[in-house]
This record gives sequence, C-alpha cells and structure tokens, in this order.
Amino acid sequence: MTGSPRKSLLERINNSADALGFLFMLPAAAILLVFLTYPLGLGFWLGLTDTKIGRPGIFIGLENYQSLFKDSVFWLSVYNTVGYTAVASVFKFLLGLVLALLLNQNIALKSFMRAILLLPWIVPTTLSAIAFWWMYDSQFSIISWVLIKAGWIDHYIDFLGDRWNARIAVTVANIWRGIPFVAISLLAGLQTISPSLYEAATIDGATPWQRFRHITYPLLTPIIAIVMTFSVLFTFTDFQLIYAITRGGPVNATHLMATLSFQRAIPGGQMAEGAAIAIAMVPFLIAAILISFFGLQRRAWQQGSKD
Amino acid sequence: MTQALTTPSSEEKLHSEGGMDFLLTRQRKFVTVYLPLLVFTFVLLFPFYWMVITTFKSNDDIYDYAKNSPFWVFNPTLHNIKKLLFETSYPDWLWNTFMVSGTATVISLFASVLAAYAIERLRFKGSRWVGLSIYGAYLVPPSILFIPLATMVYKLGLFDSRWALILTYPTFLIPFCTWLLMGYFKSIPFELEECALVDGATRMQILTKIVLPLAVPGLISAGIFAFTLSWNEFIYALTFISSSENKTVPVGVLTELVDGDVYHWGSLMAGALFGSLPVALLYSFFVEYYVAGMTGAVKE
Repeated sequence: MTGSPRKSLLERINNSADALGFLFMLPAAAILLVFLTYPLGLGFWLGLTDTKIGRPGIFIGLENYQSLFKDSVFWLSVYNTVGYTAVASVFKFLLGLVLALLLNQNIALKSFMRAILLLPWIVPTTLSAIAFWWMYDSQFSIISWVLIKAGWIDHYIDFLGDRWNARIAVTVANIWRGIPFVAISLLAGLQTISPSLYEAATIDGATPWQRFRHITYPLLTPIIAIVMTFSVLFTFTDFQLIYAITRGGPVNATHLMATLSFQRAIPGGQMAEGAAIAIAMVPFLIAAILISFFGLQRRAWQQGSKD
Repeated sequence: MTQALTTPSSEEKLHSEGGMDFLLTRQRKFVTVYLPLLVFTFVLLFPFYWMVITTFKSNDDIYDYAKNSPFWVFNPTLHNIKKLLFETSYPDWLWNTFMVSGTATVISLFASVLAAYAIERLRFKGSRWVGLSIYGAYLVPPSILFIPLATMVYKLGLFDSRWALILTYPTFLIPFCTWLLMGYFKSIPFELEECALVDGATRMQILTKIVLPLAVPGLISAGIFAFTLSWNEFIYALTFISSSENKTVPVGVLTELVDGDVYHWGSLMAGALFGSLPVALLYSFFVEYYVAGMTGAVKE
C-alpha cells in the first residue's frame, strides 16, 4: 500500500519532461542563482550605499557615481581600460590571424607546433605575468641587455617606472597571452573552409590577397565575431596581469577599472566605491556583446557545420 | 565520437591543406611560412625558457650577465627550488590549489551534466531560454562579482577557507561546462534514446548508460578545462583568502614570495615554474581535448 503511490509519483516525474527538467536543472540553477545572480544584484545595491569593510552601509543614491564622475583617477582608469582593450584586441586579432594562416599551411610537425604555441594561454596568467615582470626588471631586464649588446640603446630601459613604457609593457604581455587563443580558434574556422574554393579561385587567376579577401575573410567572419567578443570582454575586465606586473602604477598610469575597483574596495576598504566602479564596467560590456550579437545576426551561420 | 573533436583525421588534413602546396617553391615557403613561424614560436615560448633557466641559476649568475652569458645555466643549482619547497608555504599552496580545483571541478561537472542534458535533450518548457541565460552567465566577469561575493563569503563565515573558493568557482565553471557539454549531447543521435525509452529505460538510466559513455570526450574536455580555469583563477583567491597557508599558488607566489623591495627572482621563477607544470602536464596529455573544447565552446 505505501509503496505504490510513491512509485507512481516517481514514474510521473520520470515521464514529465518539465518535472525532470526542473529536477536536473536544480543543482546548476541553485549555485548560479545564489553565487552569480544574487551577487550581481547585490553589486548594484552596494554601489548605491556607503558600505565600508566591517561596516554595513545605508542607501545614499547615486553619490558614489557623482563622486566618481569628478574623480580624475577613475576617468584615467576608464581611458586606460578602453585604450588597453582597443590596442591589445587589434594586435591579438591581427597577429592571431597571421599565426592561424601560417599554421593552416602544410607544415612539418603541425600538431606539435599547435600544441606548444597554446602554452601561453594554458599557463596561469599570474605566473607568466611574473616572468614578464622579471623580463621588465629595471636592472636585470634581459630585453634591455640584448638591445644594449646589439648597440640599439645605450642604457637600460625603465620598463615599469615610466608611464608610457609601463602601459606598452603590460599591453605587450596581454597580447602575448591572447594570441594563441585567437590563433587556434581561427585555425579551427580555417579548417572548415573547403580547399576547392581556393582551387577554383586560383584557376580563375585570383591573387593570394584576393583569395584571402573574398574567400577566407567572409567565411571566417562569424567565428571572428565570437572570438573577438570573448577577447574584448576578457581584456576589458582584465585584472590579474596588471595586478601582477604593475599593480596599477606608476602613479595610476596602468590602472584598469578592475584593478582600481579592487584597490578601492579591498585594501582601501571602500567597498561601495569599488562596487560602483565595477558596475560602471557593465554598460561597456553590454555594448560589446550587442555589437557582436548584431554582427552575427547579419549572417545566418550553422555552428560546427563542417562534420 | 571522434568526429566531435575538431581535428579531422590526419589523412583528411593532408588532402585539404596540401592542396595547392605545389605552387610554392621551397625557398619561398621558407621565407613566407617557416621564418614567421619561427619568430612566433620564439616570442611565445621565450618567457617560459627564461622562467626555466632562471629557476636553475645561482644568484651570482642571475644578477651578473657580464661573467656568463645569461641565456644558459653554467652552474645549475637546486638552491631556489629547495628554498621554495622548504622555507615557504609553497607545498601548502600547491595542495590547496589542487583540492580547490579538484572539488570545484567535480561539483561543476555534476551540475553541468544534468543541466546540459536537461536543456539539450529533455526539452522542458523554457529550455531554450535557460540555455541562453547560461550563456549569459558565462559573460559575467569575476571582476564585477568579487566585491559582492566578498561580503557574502564573509557573512556566510567562509572567509579565509577553501569553501569560499570551492563554492564560488562553479559560477564561471558551470556555464562554461554546460555550454560545452550541450554541444556534445547534441551530436548523440536521438534514436539511441528512443530505443532505450521503448525498452523501458528511465531518463536517469539513459543518461548514465547511453549518453554519458558516448560523451566521454566531452566530459574530459569539460573536466580538464574546469580544472585549468580553477587553477588559474586569481581575483577570488586574492580577495577571499588572507592567511598564508590557505592561499593558492598564483596568489601565494605573488604576495608571499616578495618581501619588501627584495625580489628573489630565482625562487619567484621556481614558484611560477612549479605552478605552471601541473596544468602544462595535464595539457600535454590531453592537447586534442583542449583544442576541441576551446574551439567547440567558441563555436557553439
């Protein structure tokens, strides 16, 4: 008697896609709602309060944003973030595309090459950033040493002590880390393009540039859009590379919005102000996502259609 | 299932890419292909080379380029490694990182398999919408979440404990793994499931006995990715952990090995090297899965 209604309930759940779907979604949804959706809302709320570390805040409206609006360091971090993202993304794209085209040739040791060239992307960013930090050392930089030996410069470069040098240095490290991701993703896209298209174009007398411009590029556009969206998002919200190499210095010259947000919130104790800076990144991120989304809409594209 | 991997079989590759190779002379190919590749390889790998040789250099060689060429180790020493392993909390950090990454990966895989199967195969009401919001969740960066999460972690009494990281890492692992696994589940023919349903199998049986065994490459991809992403995580570990023995490798190396203005570059490089080796080794065993997972996730 007691067993049969229980069993029928189980059976009913088993036969209902909605009930089973709900059950299967439960663990993932619970974790994401509690540790992602809620903190996202809490972040917006914190930005509207005057919370400090160890002291719950009260609602103060947009005061944090008003004071940030007049804060020159905040604006510097915004310009830095936009510049860093723009320059690094352009170079990652161009160099990544070149590397993908090279790896798409019929070369010796191809899969081995592909494997080792992904290393910068696999290794923890902080740890490779420390290697860059060491290579940028003001006294023992191997880069300066080589350039002096080559006779191109006559004194050691102050990589991280000068504003523009530091900006260029961290951007280079970011590009270095991002190239493999772009290259390997684009390579996967390149491998889906049928070689007969190139053969036909060659027979019709197309130059290599024409083949790239009219075959490779249009067919690669959808994957370029996705890869670059990811690249822009991750560069824009970058934290660890800057934190490891310069911590925002010299004199805030390399502060990104994420590093400034951390510095104000955690060592500085101004949680609310840090949260406001973090939330200020959201409009930029939404803009980047929308641009790529509408870029994708233009071309109906079957994902993974090569099989 | 190998079709699900991005690399075509080696024979196919030869056909598709060697197509017009005969149009290139050997010298021209060297200049246009191998030379630029060599430059790329050198630039992308030099920091690792520098990390490795600095690890094995004695302090005399690290700070004196005039006596010996800096590009080679002339008096190899294990001094830096010994210092790292016995005079710092490095072994603790390694163990912490390992435990946190492992546990977060297992939790995320479990939740992701169920979620991906539900979204892709059960087709419950609103599954499309749920799938899209999972994708949206992947686009929420940790640098926006760490401050509110810090207050939550503190309130929950998890501050400075491994659980703070184990519970927060799934926020970026689950969306990624779910998205990746949805692609794999999509490639499994519906007919297999229908047969089993006709034979009276429950959904749970179908998932564990038919779908999962067929999706093993996807599970491996998702697993090693989740592990690597957790191993590399920095901002949560930096914010939620304060005592030295609870830190993870990336945070420990950066915050504990630098005392004041004195940088012990030898031990710093040793720390970076030993923190990179586990993921590099894992990577070397599963290269194809990494590439498949990465390009699969991008293409979905």
